[in-house]
Amino acid sequence: MLRNKGIAFKLIFYILVSALIIFTLIFGYNYIVVRQVISRKIEENAKNLAQATTSRIDIVLRSVEKAPENLACFIENSSYSKEGLINSLCSVVENNPEIYGGTIAFEPYAFNSESLYFAPYFYKCNGEIKFTYLGSETYRYFYWDWYQIPKELERPMWSEPYYDVGGGNIIMATYSVPFYKTVDGERRLIGIVTADISLLWLQKMVSSIKISQTGYGFLISKNGTVVTHPTEKLIMNETIFSVAEARGDAKLREIGREMIKGMSGFVPFNSIVTGKKCWMVYGPVFSSGWSLGVLFPQDELLADITRLNRMVFSLVVAGILFLSFIIASIASNITKPLRTLAKKSEEIGSGNLDVEIPSVKSRDEVGQLTESFVYMKQSLKQYIKELTETTAAKERIESELKIAHDIQMSIVPKIFPPFPERSEFDIYATLEPAREVGGDFYDFFFIDDEHLCFVIGDVSGKGIPASLFMAVTKTLIKTIASKNMSPNEILKRANVELCHDNDSCMFVTIFLGILNTKTGEVLYTNGGHNPPLIVHKGKGGDFLEMEQGTAIGAFEDIIFKTERLVLQSGDYIFMYTDGVTEAVNKSEELFSEERLKKDVNVLLEKSVKELVLNIVEKIKDFSQGVPQADDITMMVIKYKKEI
Amino acid sequence: MRKVILTPYLFLISFFCFIAISISAKEEPLKKATFIPQWAPQAQFIGYYVAYEKGIYKKHGVDLTIIPGGPEAPPSELLNSHQADFATLWLSSGIQMRDAGIGLVNIAQILQRSALMLVAKKTSGIETLQDINGRKVGLWGPIFQIQPKALFKKYDIHVKIISQSYSVNLFLRDGVDVASAMWYNEYHTILNAGINPEELTTFFFYEYGLNFPEDGIYTLQETYEKDPELCCAFAKASIEGWQYAFVHPEEALDVVMKYMEKAHIPANRIQQKWMLERMKDLILLEDTSIAMGRLLLDDYERVAQGLKENKLIDEIPDFKTFYKRCDNYAEE
Repeated sequence: MLRNKGIAFKLIFYILVSALIIFTLIFGYNYIVVRQVISRKIEENAKNLAQATTSRIDIVLRSVEKAPENLACFIENSSYSKEGLINSLCSVVENNPEIYGGTIAFEPYAFNSESLYFAPYFYKCNGEIKFTYLGSETYRYFYWDWYQIPKELERPMWSEPYYDVGGGNIIMATYSVPFYKTVDGERRLIGIVTADISLLWLQKMVSSIKISQTGYGFLISKNGTVVTHPTEKLIMNETIFSVAEARGDAKLREIGREMIKGMSGFVPFNSIVTGKKCWMVYGPVFSSGWSLGVLFPQDELLADITRLNRMVFSLVVAGILFLSFIIASIASNITKPLRTLAKKSEEIGSGNLDVEIPSVKSRDEVGQLTESFVYMKQSLKQYIKELTETTAAKERIESELKIAHDIQMSIVPKIFPPFPERSEFDIYATLEPAREVGGDFYDFFFIDDEHLCFVIGDVSGKGIPASLFMAVTKTLIKTIASKNMSPNEILKRANVELCHDNDSCMFVTIFLGILNTKTGEVLYTNGGHNPPLIVHKGKGGDFLEMEQGTAIGAFEDIIFKTERLVLQSGDYIFMYTDGVTEAVNKSEELFSEERLKKDVNVLLEKSVKELVLNIVEKIKDFSQGVPQADDITMMVIKYKKEI
Repeated sequence: MRKVILTPYLFLISFFCFIAISISAKEEPLKKATFIPQWAPQAQFIGYYVAYEKGIYKKHGVDLTIIPGGPEAPPSELLNSHQADFATLWLSSGIQMRDAGIGLVNIAQILQRSALMLVAKKTSGIETLQDINGRKVGLWGPIFQIQPKALFKKYDIHVKIISQSYSVNLFLRDGVDVASAMWYNEYHTILNAGINPEELTTFFFYEYGLNFPEDGIYTLQETYEKDPELCCAFAKASIEGWQYAFVHPEEALDVVMKYMEKAHIPANRIQQKWMLERMKDLILLEDTSIAMGRLLLDDYERVAQGLKENKLIDEIPDFKTFYKRCDNYAEE
C-alpha cells in the first residue's frame, strides 16, 4: 500500500512515526521515573506523618497510664485506709486534666469480708468532680471487660473504645491496671485501678489530618472498630472488617488484619469515601494496640505531574503538527520539480523533443537532475538527427546493393534448361551470395555447335569488389573463349588480361572445361579451384584427380595445363565452390568434401535440378541456422549421349 | 318467551350474591395485642418487625403494638404482669418459667436448631473437643451453661469456667481460650474483629446431640384459653413475617435497621445481614415436611431433661399443656 504512495506521504509517515515512537519512549520513561520519585517521596512523607501522629497519641496515652500505674503501685506497697484510697483516687482524677474518671475496684470481699463490691468512682461532670460507688446486682463490675480482661491477662490494658453511657456522644477508653498482694506466699489479685479518658482529642487530632482535598486519617481499635472516620456512620458501628465484608473487599480485610496486628505499611487502596485510588499508610499506636491509617489520594498528589504530562503532551502534538508542516513543504519542494520532470519526460518519450524544461535555479540534486535532463534532451535530439541521416544513407546503399545483386544475378545464366533444343546434356547451376553480391560465378556457352564451354570460379574476398572482379573475369572469359581454343589457352589469356592493372591484387580460382557434346570428351583446366566430382553412371562419383593449378589474376606468367576426360552417357560433372564444403554448423564442423560426395552419391537418380536443390537443402539443414559465411555456387552437367 | 322464564332466576342469583358479598366484606374489628421480643431490635426478631411493617398482623386481624425489648424489659415479667400478650423466649426459659409456676404456653417454636456454640482460636492449640480439657472457657449465665456443661460431662472434659460478659473482647484478647457465642451474633463479631473462619475451631451443640432450640413465641395460658384464635393469628402472622423476610432480605434489613436506629443501637447492616441469613438456617429445617413453628417432642424432652439434670427445674411439665399447636396455620 505504502509503496504506491508519493514521496511526500512516505516522508511524513516515516518521520512522524519515528518521532512518535521516540517521543513515546522518552515520555513514558520520564513519566514512570517522575512518578516513582514522587511516589517514593509521598511514601516517605506518609510514613513520617503516620509515625509522628501515632507517637503523639502514644505520648498522651502513656502520660495517662502513669497515674493509675502509680496508684496501683502505691496500693500494692502500702497499707491503706478507705479514706486514703478515696483521697488518692480523687486527686488522680482532679490533677490529671485528661482523665475523665477513675476507680479502684476490688475483687469480691477483697476490701473487706463484708462487702461483695467495693469500687469508689470519681468522675468529672460539667466541670465538677462527682463521686459514687460502682457495683450492684445490675452492675457486677467483675464481669466487665475493663475489669475482667486485665484480671485474666494479669497485665495493664487499654479497653476497646466505648460510648460513655449518659456522658453524651463521647467516645471513651479505659486504662486498667491490676494490683496484687502476696498472701501466704501467693500473689493474689486484689483489684483493678482504672482511668477513663475521653477520646475527643484523639478524634480531633486524627480528623485534622487532611491530605490534599480528599485525603483523610482514620483510627481503628484493636478489634478493628472504627474510632474516627470522616464517614460518621461508621464510627463505633462498623469495624474495618465489616466494611470489607460489605464492600466484598478481601484486600481491605487483609490490610485490617495487618493493622490490628500492629504492623506498618504503605499500600494502594480505594477510598471508602470517594472511591478514588489512594495510597494508604498505616501504623500502630503501641500503647493501646490501635492503628492509624491515612489515605493519600493519588490523583490529587500526582496532579502536578499529570498537569506537566498534559502540557508536554500538548507541546508534542503542536511539535508534531509543526514537523508535519515542515516536512510537507520540503517534500513538495522536492517533488514538484520531479513531478514536472516526470510529465516532461513522458512527452519526450512520446517523441516531442522540443518540450520546454523549466529551469531550476537550485544547485541541489533536483537542480542537477533537471540539468541532466536538459542535456539528455539535447543529446537525444542530436543523436536522432544523426541517426536519421545515417539511416537515409544506409537505405540508399542498400537499394544500390539490391540493384547490384540483381545485375550480378542477371550476369550468370538463370534460365534452365538454357538450351532446350539440345538433348545431349542437362545442365543446372545455382549461385547464392553470402551478402547482397558475391565473388562466385559460373557460366556456360557454346563456342561452336559441338563444344560447350563451362566455367565456375571464386574470386578472393567478398562483397562489391569481389562481385566487380567476378563480372570482369566472367566477361573476359566469355570474350576470350573462341573456336579451337583450349581451356589452358583461355585461362592463360584471361590471366594476362586480369593481371593488367590489378592493383587490388585480387585473384580468382577457376575451373574451366569444354565438353564435346558429340563425344562426351571434356578438356579442362583448373586454376586453383576445388576439384569437381565426376560421377560415372552406376558407379558413384569421386573427386577429379587433376593438376591443382594456380588461381588467375595474381601472377602474369603462369602456365596452365589442359587435361582430358571422357563422359559416358549418364555421367555427371558436379562443380562447386568452397562455400559448399566450408559451410559450418553450430559446432563449427565443416560440411566437407566427404559429406558432399556421400550426399551426391545418394541423389544420383535425381535430375540435375533436383540434385542441386537437394544439396542446397542439405547444406541448409547442416548449417542449423548459422549464417552463410561464403557464397554457395554449384553447377552440374549431365552428359546424355544420343544413341 | 325465554326472557320471561329466566328473569326470576337471575334476580334470585343476584340477590344471593349480594348477600354473600355483604357477609364477607363485613369488617371484623381488629383485636388489640402487645408483643415483646426478648432483646433490643436486631435481625433475631426481623420476622416480627417485618410482619408489623408489612401489615401482616393487621391482615390476620391483630392490631399489634411492639414493646421495645432490652435488658430493662425482661419478657417473662411483662408477660406475667399482663403488660405484654406475647413474648419470645428461649425454650429452656419457657420450661423453666412453667416449672416456676408461671402459666405460659408455647404457641410456636421459631428456631429449630440451637445457635449456641463454643469458639476457640486454633493458635491456642484447640482443634478438637478434647483439646478444651483444662482450658479457660467463657460461659454466660445459667441458662446458657446447660448445653456446655452437658457437653463437658458427656465427653469427660474438665475446664475452668470464666463468667463471660456481653462482649467477646475477653476472648479476642486471649483472656479465655474458649468462648460462648451465638452463631448469628458473637461468632460474626469475632470474624469482624479480624479473625478468619479458618483460624477458628467451632463446636455447635446440635452436632453433639445437644440441640436446644431457642427462640419461641409464648403467651399466658389464660390468654390462650380466652382467645386461641388471636394467639394463633399472631403466631401465623409472625411466621408469615419470617417467610417474607427470607424472600425479601434487603427490604427486611431496611426495616430492622430503622428499628435499631430508633432505639439508638449501633447499627451495622452487614452484621444484621449475617444474622438474618443465620436465622434462616436455624428456622428452616432441611426436613420441609415439618411446618414452620412446630415444636418437636424430642427437642422438648431433651431440653427439659437437661434442665432437670441441672436442677434448674423440679419436674418436666406436660408437653401437651406446654405446647399449643398453631404451627400448621401457616400452611393454610
